[in-house]
Amino acid sequence: MIESPEQRGESPIPEHGSGGGARRRGGGVSRLLIWYGELTTQRRLSLRGVAFILVPMAWLVGFLILPSAALVAVGFAERGAYGEIRWSFTLENFRRLLGFGLFDWSADYLWILGRSVWVALVTTVFAVVVSYPLAFFIASRPPRRRYLWLALVVIPFCTNMVIRTYAWMLLFSQHMPFARLAHLLGLIRAETSLYPSVWAVYVGMVSSFLPFATLPLYTSVERLDWSIVEAAEDLYASKRRIFFQAILPQTFPGLTVAVILTFIPAMGVFVVPDMLGGAKTMLVGNLIQQQFGASRDWPFGAAVSLALMVLTLAGLFWLRRRGEGAEWV
Amino acid sequence: MDRPSAESASPAADRLRKGFASGLRFLKSFPADHNLRPATADSIVAGMATFAETRSALCVEGVCKSFGEVQVLTDIGFEVSSGEFVTLLGPSGCGKTTLLRILAGLELADRGRVMLDGREMTGIPANRRPVNTVFQNYALFPHLSVRENIAFGLRSRRFSESAVAERVGVALQILQMESLVGRYPHQLSGGQKQRVALARALVNEPELLLLDEPMSALDAKLRAEVQIELRRLQRRLGKTFILVTHDQDEAMTVSDRVLVMSDGRIVQSGTPAEVYERPVSRFVAEFLGSANLISGSRVNGHVETIHGPLSVSGSPGWSRGTLAIRPERIRVCSRRPGMNGVSARVREVIYRGDHMDLFVEPGALRVRTAPRADLRAGATIWLALEPEYLVPLSD
Amino acid sequence: MGMRRGKPLWLTVPAYAALVFLYLPMLAVGVFSVNAGRHGFGWKGFTLEWYGRLLQNSQVLEATRNTLILAVVSTVVATVLGTVLAIGMSRFPWPRRWRGFLDFAVYLPVVTPDIIFAAALVVAFGLLRAVSAAFNPGLLTMVIAHVTFQIAFVALVVHSRLVTIGRTLEEAARDLYADTPYLLRRVMLPLLMPGIVAGAMLAFTLSLDDFVISFFTAGPDSTTLPIFIYASVRRGVTPELHALSTLIFLATVLLVLGLERLMWLSTRQEAKG
Repeated sequence: MIESPEQRGESPIPEHGSGGGARRRGGGVSRLLIWYGELTTQRRLSLRGVAFILVPMAWLVGFLILPSAALVAVGFAERGAYGEIRWSFTLENFRRLLGFGLFDWSADYLWILGRSVWVALVTTVFAVVVSYPLAFFIASRPPRRRYLWLALVVIPFCTNMVIRTYAWMLLFSQHMPFARLAHLLGLIRAETSLYPSVWAVYVGMVSSFLPFATLPLYTSVERLDWSIVEAAEDLYASKRRIFFQAILPQTFPGLTVAVILTFIPAMGVFVVPDMLGGAKTMLVGNLIQQQFGASRDWPFGAAVSLALMVLTLAGLFWLRRRGEGAEWV
Repeated sequence: MDRPSAESASPAADRLRKGFASGLRFLKSFPADHNLRPATADSIVAGMATFAETRSALCVEGVCKSFGEVQVLTDIGFEVSSGEFVTLLGPSGCGKTTLLRILAGLELADRGRVMLDGREMTGIPANRRPVNTVFQNYALFPHLSVRENIAFGLRSRRFSESAVAERVGVALQILQMESLVGRYPHQLSGGQKQRVALARALVNEPELLLLDEPMSALDAKLRAEVQIELRRLQRRLGKTFILVTHDQDEAMTVSDRVLVMSDGRIVQSGTPAEVYERPVSRFVAEFLGSANLISGSRVNGHVETIHGPLSVSGSPGWSRGTLAIRPERIRVCSRRPGMNGVSARVREVIYRGDHMDLFVEPGALRVRTAPRADLRAGATIWLALEPEYLVPLSD
Repeated sequence: MGMRRGKPLWLTVPAYAALVFLYLPMLAVGVFSVNAGRHGFGWKGFTLEWYGRLLQNSQVLEATRNTLILAVVSTVVATVLGTVLAIGMSRFPWPRRWRGFLDFAVYLPVVTPDIIFAAALVVAFGLLRAVSAAFNPGLLTMVIAHVTFQIAFVALVVHSRLVTIGRTLEEAARDLYADTPYLLRRVMLPLLMPGIVAGAMLAFTLSLDDFVISFFTAGPDSTTLPIFIYASVRRGVTPELHALSTLIFLATVLLVLGLERLMWLSTRQEAKG
């Protein structure tokens, strides 16, 4: 069970363990340590740790990290005549994304990128606005009811997005009351459905991503310290001031998470604009799908994917900085 | 051991006594072919019969421990006799819990060694040490019933089902928990959890029981009761107990010996009376109860202070230093006492029901006395600071 | 200080409005799935004919089979790998740099839009196809893809459970003479079980919920239900499609209610334990 203290080995664990329990005994000769109540040696412990993570990490490296690296590499390659990849190092794909075509400059792709960011932002704002009162409502229910409400919010979200979007198509089709109402209001022509349109896309996206905003907001609302609100009431603060100074700041962490969780999938969405939108609402997701599908232009598809990743990460970093700043207020 | 005892005045103690008696009968009736490890079963019965015999059960030598740059324990050394109840007393962060964890095998000392019954413990993992622990928050297994929690240590050593049932039964009886067996930890009160934790440790008949602030989660009234019960339990079982606490009352109540710790060192060791009445330093004097500290300088056999010259029994080892005297050791006299008399004016009187606290001038002395109607603020009184209670401190 | 009770109108109205917003589309689908009229939107009476026809539709049955195989196989693999990974990550003193890499690998699928991940796998499988025909689009590639993003979620759920369990219970078990196998069997596994089951159910739900990754990695013979519906919608909306969607929705409801029940039970245990 216990190895002799003389036994040594190269170990990934530093001499002073990172956890509270791992300590070295003796002046470097012995490597005995106690970890979670178990007397062991650094060597044994590291071997076991590696044994645990070996297979899952191999899987993640093989099917996640390396493919991501391959995607980056392909983004700098060229498309062959038959859609095959011709390995080279070219910035052509990115030039094309920026609008420098064979003949002249066009902003089509930039429009798509910009529209994607805009649609994701609008979706996020709507989702948060709808979720905020919902989160307060759920948190005000008795505990058993809260779980029921949370389940009610989560259930549609767990239904496949294709089905949910398809349901909206049905609801927005020409013979349904919504389309007729819109026609009566003079918004659309007779005998047309409400899709494809940018509004249909917004509705579909907000309903798809709502739980991403509701759940983190609910978590922070549930943990609200109401004594601060009561203190503010004692001090005759107006309702507005109470909300903005005693409630809102407390929900900032949840709000940040809500925005991040909604924004990321909204940036990469493909199903909703594909089914509820038209050519005018083409988003990055559709563009990527096109390259890997019909156009069979993997290098350009990879380049667009990289652009999407960069945009998402940029948004994340911006939000994190904003989030950190908010906590200092 | 089974003699009727004056302590068993309360029905609880009586039940305890009966429970123990039957437990002991049961233990003595152990057939030899029980799958107990011989070291455990035999030594327990033997140990119980001869608990009064004093031999060093635990010996700690030169233990040092640091976490990174922070030196938590410095050259800790002490011995504990078999059947002794020792308390490690100190403020939080003094290293007492770390020391306990080293004894339990949950932490490794950087240097020094721990001997249990003459056996070096350093290379022995926690799960092979004949030592059990009552953890601070009890660490009961939430998915196991009270019975299974208590049986855990027996089952992990592959005791037979009947041995487990019998031992658990005895433990339940000793701690009067028969009615709780089917419950789960989340269905127990703080006091009940503590009993389960105690039973879970004791059922293994450890040579050494460690208790890490076992009362800290209990309310004050319950705590006082449990302390006395714990003390009686230890006496009856004759086991070696080491308790960690920051509560000096607790330490006084339960222990045979108190080791006062400060900044990773043992600063004083002795019976509760010794450490209370003869503190060696300001820290000990002030950490255990309240103390009047009087600074002075030694002049020909007595100490010159702002209260005048005071005689001290035994010569202080300094020329300028501090004397300590407990408030309740200062006697209030109506006329000048024969020795070490101090004239004082009562500045403030605080009535506490069973006693009175007086704050007197000059020198801000605090005096504790039986309640008396004639002591009012402004009264002039005589105080006797008797030499035997004036303790010269080392610092 | 708890959340204050009471039902102010300004909270109740938006909450129920949100529910309507979430459920109205599915309700419409459900209604039309039992409408006897094949064309048009008028109510022509109640029928279960469309549900019956689904059972005779070999494409639907095939897609259902594929969907379930994909979900079950990927969930089993991902649950095992994710649990092992979570234990490996949180129960060993990894140096800072290793720890950072492990975190990166686990969080990557969580913060990446799924379409990028799908694109990366298309590229990777495309390159691997040169090595082995096993990487031709089909159920195998889909299982690999699903497991890859499920691992992360399982690992995160199990990891948070491990953090909740903490160090003391393990130390207590050691103090009570438990050797490693006994500790794992009698303490860690039962305590981890709620986390593992929750992780598995999350993985299962994610697999059923996924469209993009399946769509990118599927082959001609590995059509799943979402892919089938997506393709069918392009050809026009039919009552059978309504029936199929309603069934899938109802199955999801049962799944989520089961998960909810489980989480409720485990949090209640923790709250009191």
